[in-house]
Amino acid sequence: MNSLPVLEITNITKAFPGVLANDHISFAIQQGEVHAILGENGAGKTTLMNIIYGLYQPDEGEIKISGKPVAIHTPADALKLGIGMVHQHFMLIDPLTVAENVVLGNEPTRMVFSLDRAVRITEELSRKFGLNVDPRARIEDIPVGVRQRVEILKALYRDASILILDEPTAVLTPLEVNELYDTIANLKAAGKTIIFITHKLNETMHISDRITILRDGKALQTLQTAETNPQELARLMVGREVVLRVNKTPCQRGRQVICLGDVKVHDNRGLEAVRGVSLQVCAGEIYGVAGIEGNGQTELIEAITGLRKMTGGKIEIDGKDLSNARPAELLEAGLGHVPEDRNTRGVVSQFSVAENLVLGYHKQQRFRNHQFINHSGIDAYSSGVVAAFDIKTTGIHTCIDTLSGGNAQKVVVGRVFSQSPKALVVAQPTRGVDVGATEYIHQQMLKMRDAGVAILLISSDLEEVRSLSDRIGVLYQGQIVAEKLSEEFTERELGLFMAGAAAAVDRKAWEELNNEYC
Amino acid sequence: MTGAELAALIISILSSTVRISTPLALSSVGEVLSERAGIVNLGLEGQILMGAFAAAAASYFSGSAYVGVLAGMLAGALLGLIHVLFSLKFHASQIVLGVANNIFALGFTTVGLVAIWSNRGKSDAVPGLPNINIPFFNNIPIIGPILNNHTLIVYLMLAFTVLSWLVLFRTNIGLRLRSIGENPKAAATVGINIERLQIWAVTIGGAMSGMAGSYLSLSDLNLFSRNMSAGRGFIAMAATILGNWNPFGALGASLIFGFLDAMQIRLQATGFPTQFIQMIPYVLVIILLAGVVRKVHAPAAAGKVYERS
Amino acid sequence: MSTAEHSPSSWQHNLQLWLKNINWRSLGSGVGAFLLSLLVGSLFLSLNGYNPFIAFREIFTGAFGNKYALAEMLVKTTPLIFTGLSVAVAAQAGLFNIGAEGQLLVGALAAAQLASFDLGLPAVIHVILALLAAAVCGGIWGGIAGFIKQRFGAHEVIVTIMMNYIAFLLTSYLVNYPWKAAGMVPQTNPVVAAAALPNLLRGSQLTIGIFIAIAIVVVVAVLFKSTILGYEMKAVGYNPQAGATGGISIAVMGALSMVLAGAVAGIGGGVEILGVHGRFIQGFSPGFGYDGVAVSVLVNSNPALVPISSVLFGILRAGGAFLERNTKIPGDFTTVIQGLVIFFMAAPRIFEAVLKRRSK
Repeated sequence: MNSLPVLEITNITKAFPGVLANDHISFAIQQGEVHAILGENGAGKTTLMNIIYGLYQPDEGEIKISGKPVAIHTPADALKLGIGMVHQHFMLIDPLTVAENVVLGNEPTRMVFSLDRAVRITEELSRKFGLNVDPRARIEDIPVGVRQRVEILKALYRDASILILDEPTAVLTPLEVNELYDTIANLKAAGKTIIFITHKLNETMHISDRITILRDGKALQTLQTAETNPQELARLMVGREVVLRVNKTPCQRGRQVICLGDVKVHDNRGLEAVRGVSLQVCAGEIYGVAGIEGNGQTELIEAITGLRKMTGGKIEIDGKDLSNARPAELLEAGLGHVPEDRNTRGVVSQFSVAENLVLGYHKQQRFRNHQFINHSGIDAYSSGVVAAFDIKTTGIHTCIDTLSGGNAQKVVVGRVFSQSPKALVVAQPTRGVDVGATEYIHQQMLKMRDAGVAILLISSDLEEVRSLSDRIGVLYQGQIVAEKLSEEFTERELGLFMAGAAAAVDRKAWEELNNEYC
Repeated sequence: MTGAELAALIISILSSTVRISTPLALSSVGEVLSERAGIVNLGLEGQILMGAFAAAAASYFSGSAYVGVLAGMLAGALLGLIHVLFSLKFHASQIVLGVANNIFALGFTTVGLVAIWSNRGKSDAVPGLPNINIPFFNNIPIIGPILNNHTLIVYLMLAFTVLSWLVLFRTNIGLRLRSIGENPKAAATVGINIERLQIWAVTIGGAMSGMAGSYLSLSDLNLFSRNMSAGRGFIAMAATILGNWNPFGALGASLIFGFLDAMQIRLQATGFPTQFIQMIPYVLVIILLAGVVRKVHAPAAAGKVYERS
Repeated sequence: MSTAEHSPSSWQHNLQLWLKNINWRSLGSGVGAFLLSLLVGSLFLSLNGYNPFIAFREIFTGAFGNKYALAEMLVKTTPLIFTGLSVAVAAQAGLFNIGAEGQLLVGALAAAQLASFDLGLPAVIHVILALLAAAVCGGIWGGIAGFIKQRFGAHEVIVTIMMNYIAFLLTSYLVNYPWKAAGMVPQTNPVVAAAALPNLLRGSQLTIGIFIAIAIVVVVAVLFKSTILGYEMKAVGYNPQAGATGGISIAVMGALSMVLAGAVAGIGGGVEILGVHGRFIQGFSPGFGYDGVAVSVLVNSNPALVPISSVLFGILRAGGAFLERNTKIPGDFTTVIQGLVIFFMAAPRIFEAVLKRRSK
C-alpha cells in the first residue's frame, strides 16, 4: 500500500456569515480505503466535501493529492484530479438510457453518437466494478438504487479514483442499502478510494475502514472502525456518555383526540416516505415529533391535513374517521394546520394581512353576507387577532409581504389558533422567526394546550421540541422509533435516535412499537 | 370512373398532399428542435408570414427566387433569435412573446405589402421557383409521379427532416440538446452549454419556418398576399405534438394534415361540409394532450427557462 | 408600535388604499412599453417611406376628431373590453386564456340565432335572453378547456388555441349550412328589431353595448373584490398550495374561472352582433380574442384597469381605419404597434436592463 495518503486535508477552514462551518480540519485518507466522515447535521460535512469538489473555496488550508498540493477551483478541476462526487439528488435524464446518461457531455465518439459504443463502455465499467446495471434501460424505468449506480458509473467513466458519496443511503430502501454495501466493496476491490459522508452510526460501522468524526466544524478524531463501537462513536459525535433505550408511553392526559393508526404515505417519486406511523395525542397535551428533515415529516403532515392521499392506515380526529378527508372537511372538524413552509403553503403573499387571517375560514357566517365578503366582519376579527397576537403591521389591509418573517408567522399562527380548534398540527412553527416572535408563539402554544387542545408538533429544532412537548416521538425513516415522556429523553439520546441509532440497538422493540391502532 | 382515372385522381391528391404538407412539415420539424431544447415557440405563424413576405420582396427586387428563399430563411431565423434571446436574457414569457410575434408580423407584413406594391390585398407576381423534374422518379410507378416535379423546397424539406432526425438521435449534439429539454440542471452539471444550444436550436427552427413561408410565396403561389400563413403556424404546432416531438413523426403528422386539407379542398365542390374534416387536426391534438388515447411525451423542461444559480 | 387600526369608511381612505394597491411598477412598465413601441413603430414607418408624425396625427383624428370619430373609437373598444376581461379573469386564477377568440365566436353565434327569431318579447327581455345564451355557450366553450386542463393536466394555452380553430370551423359550418340565411353570404338571419341594441348616436355604430361592457367590468371587479368566489379564485391563482391548505379546491377554481372567462368573452361576441353587425357574419372578428391578450397583459391582468388599455387599442384601431382611408399608410400599422407593445410588456426586464446600464 502506498505510504503517501491519496488525499490529505490540512487546516481547512471555511466561514460563512455567522457560522464557522469548517474549523482547521485536518485528516488523511489512505489509498483504497473506505473512509467515513461521520457527524450530525450541521457538523460541517457537506461544506468540507464541497470544498474538496471545487464548489467552494476554503479560507485557509491545503489539499494534497498523493503528496502534491493542488488547487481545486471548479468541479472540472476536481474531476481532472480524479475526484468524483455522487450527490444526494441525482442528476439524470429520465427518458434517456443508462448508457447515454453515463457518457453525456463526454461522448466517446466525435460528432456521431454511437449508442453501441456507449453501451459497451457501460458494460465494461459495470463488469469491472461489479455495478449491475442494464445499459439500455431508461432511467425512468429503473429503481432508485440502480439510478445511484448510474451516478457512480458517471464518475467512474470520467476516471475518478476517489469517489465521494454524499449521504448515499438517504434515498434507499433497506434492500437497496445492502446492494450499495456490495457496490462499495466491489469498488474498493478495484482499487478505488471511497469517502462516505453520513450521520448514520450503523452504516458507518458496517462499511467503513476508518472513520473521521466531525463535530461543530472540527475534526475530532480519526479511528479504525475495527477498534471502535457505536457507543464510542455516539459519545464522540455528541460529546457525552449516552444510554440507548427504546420505549413507548401511552397518552396520559384527557381523552384521545388525534389518532394515527399505521399510516403509510408515498412521496412524489412513489417511494414509501411514511412506513407505518401510529401515535395518539390527547386533549391538553403537546406531542412533539422530533426528527431530521427528510424522514417523512412532510408526507406525514400532508396526509394528516388532507393534502396527500395515504396508501394505508387510519386517521381519527376526535373519534371521527377522517382518513383521506379533504382539507376543507378537516378544517371544519376542528383540525388547525400551521404549515411547514410559510411561503409556499402558509400565506398568499399578494393578499393583505386581513385576507390572510381568514384563509381557510373565509366561508364562516361571520365573514360573509350570502355570497359576498363581509368586510366589516373580517376587519373586526382581524383587528382582534392582530392585537391578541401582537402582530406588528402598519394596518390590517397592508400587503403581508411587508411583514417580517416573525410577524408573518404570527399571522399564520393567529389565524389557526383563534378559531378554537380541537386539534392542531403545527409544523416548524418558528423557522425563520426572530427570537421575540418565537417566544411569543411558544407561549401561545402552551396556552392552547392548557385550554385542552391536542397539539401535534413537528419540528427539526430539538430545543423547541424538548421545551414544548409533553411526550416526544422520534421519526426516523418514516417510522416512530422511540416515544417517551419528554423529561425521560436526554438531548443526546434524542440526537442519536434521530440519527438512526435505534435500529442498531433493538430491532424487535422497534417493530413492536408500531403495532397499535386507534 | 375507370381504373386509370382513379389512379390519376389518387396521384393528384397525394401529390397535392406533398405540396400542402411541405410548409407544415418544415415549420413543425423546426419546432421539434426548439422544444426538444426546451424553448416553446408559439410565434410560428408570424415566422412563416414574415418568411413569405421577405422571400417575395427579395425575389421581387433581386429577380431571383433563390435569393428569395434565403431571405425568407433569414427573416425566420431573425425572429427565432429574438424569441430565444428575449426568453433567456429578459425572462420574457414564451407564450406572450409568441402571441406578440404573430400580431406584429401581420401588421409589419401588411404595411410592407402596401409600401412595396401599393396593394392592401396582394403583391404583384414575383419570380417563383421552378418545378424540378428528377428523371429517377419517372421509372417508379405511383410513388414516382407523387414525388416528382416539385420545387426545390419540397426536397429540402425531406432532406431537413432526415437531417434533423439524424442530428437529434445520432449525434452528440442531439443527445445534449435532448437532455437540456428534459433536465437542464443535469445537463449543466456535465458541462453542457445550455444557452448556446438553445439559441442554435430556436434560430434554426425559425429559419425553417421562414423557409416554409418562402414556399408559400415562391412555390405555392408566386406572390405575397395579406395574412398568407392563414393559421399554418398553429397546425404546424399541432403536428409537432401529434408527432410526439420526433422529426419523422412531425413529418407524418404534417402529411396527414396535408392530406386532410387536400381532401377537403376537393370536397368543397361537392357541397359537403368540409369544416369537420378541417377540425380533425385540432381535435386530435386535444385528445392527445389529454393523454387519453396515447401518451405523448413532451420534453419535460420545455417552456421553462433554466436559471443558473 | 401600532398594531391594529379600524379602517374609516371614508372615501378618501378607500381611494388611498386603492392607489396604494395599484402596482405602480407594472403600470410603469405598461406605459414604458407603449412609448417604446410608438418609438420603434415610428422608426419602422420612416424606413418604409412614410411620415410617422402624419400617421400619429391621423390616428388621433380618427379617434378624437369629432363625435363620430369618438363614437367609432368606442365601438372598436367595446369588444376589446370583453375579451380583455376574459383573459384577465382567467389570469386572476392563474390560467392563461388564449381562447377568448373562440369563446367570443361561439357566444356571438348563439346570440345571433336566438335574436333572429321573432318571439314577441319586449326588447329588454329579448336582448337579455340572447346575451344569456351567448354567456352560456361561451362559458361552456371555456369550461371545456378548463375541465381538460384540470382533469388531464393538458396545458391550457395549447388547448385554448386549438379550440379557437375548432370554434371558427364549427361556427363556419353552422353559418354555411343549417343556420344560413338566404343568399350567397355565409351569415345568419338578421336580428329582429326588438333584439337589436339601441343606438346611441345616429350616424354611428355606437350602441348601449359600451355600457353593457362597463357593467360587466363592474360585475367582474366586484366579484374579485367582494365575493367569496373571487377571494378563492385569487388565492388559488396567486398561490395554489396555500389555497389548498386553506381548503380551496384548485381544480374547481381553475375550471370555474375558465367558465367565467368564456362567458364574458361570449357576451362580448353577443354584444358585437346585436350592436354592430345585426347578424353573425363569417369572419366578423378581426382577432378580438387575441387583442384581448394584449389588453390584459398591458394592465397586468387587473380587471378594473382593462377598460383603460381597451381604449388604448380602440384608439389604435379606429385611428388605423381612419389612417387608411385618408393617407396611403395602411391601417395595419396599428397592428404593428400592438404587437410591439405586447412584445415589450412580455419582457419587463428590458427596462431593468436598460436602467441598469444607465446607472453605471
